[in-house]
Amino acid sequence: MAVCVAVIGKDNSPKYIRCSDETAALQFHYKVHTSIDIIEEKLNTGNKMAADVRELFLGLLFSTEEHKIFGYATNTKIKFIVVLQSTNASLRDNEVRMIFRKLHSAYANAVCNPFYVPGDQIQSKGFDTAVMEIMGVS
Amino acid sequence: MKQQNVDTKTNLPDTGEADECLFEYLHAEMVNYVLSSKTNGKEGEEELSPLEWMGFGVGYRIMERLTREWARFKDELDTIKFICMDLWSSLYRKQIDNLRTNHQGVYVLHDNAFRLLTNIGAPDSTQYLREAPRLLAFTCGLLRGSLANLGIVSTVTAEIATLPSCKFHVQVQRV
Repeated sequence: MAVCVAVIGKDNSPKYIRCSDETAALQFHYKVHTSIDIIEEKLNTGNKMAADVRELFLGLLFSTEEHKIFGYATNTKIKFIVVLQSTNASLRDNEVRMIFRKLHSAYANAVCNPFYVPGDQIQSKGFDTAVMEIMGVS
Repeated sequence: MKQQNVDTKTNLPDTGEADECLFEYLHAEMVNYVLSSKTNGKEGEEELSPLEWMGFGVGYRIMERLTREWARFKDELDTIKFICMDLWSSLYRKQIDNLRTNHQGVYVLHDNAFRLLTNIGAPDSTQYLREAPRLLAFTCGLLRGSLANLGIVSTVTAEIATLPSCKFHVQVQRV
């Protein structure tokens, strides 16, 4: 399952970061931070390319020996980053897509809360539970 | 599993009869509330910015849901088209009738029978023309909010010539 889930705002500021292992949090923060550049790159070349690049799911951003990092950018310029364990056998593209789909609907629900001020950090129990479910801790 | 069934509501087709008018009633009450809570307005000039701001919030949030299953927008025009067709039909049960643009950031959205105006006065009468702008403030904010969430900063104004029809002018601010 996922080891780290991050939501990055329109202006590339972190809105939400949650890691399964809090002692290694800094390491994950770096990884998420590095992947923002790759997301920007993918989004900018997307204009010239064919229709399939217009999908919200951005695919594998990069991988290290122990982790694989996937990205997703919504129409509203919010980016989701999920770090998965490389050793995980069930790393199908479709399953990763499902993770992002869940994350996106949880995010939409959190934003639709009228007490949420757009652009703020996300502090929502519902979103927390969804993220925990994705990380397999619940 | 519990959370997932909450978010299927927005894409429903025409479902019932009651929800048709609920939005209109709520909107009418919002207009009344905003007008009654403002006492300092000058004669002939109404304070509609709270209404506009409510619309902004709604537009901003609804976009997050509506664009979830949508492919990434190619450009500005693509975004505006989405608003004319999908946002409009999900809120007002019809599409914008006419969209004009000068390709330099000005878009004019023309609705021949705007849903919030269809029930006031006889067609082509000028009886309620003076009160009509207060019914458009919310929608102006809604347009501005949904565009803002999609990354387009704009100003939106409305214009009414004859009653059930109206025009929205969207002026995109370039940086």
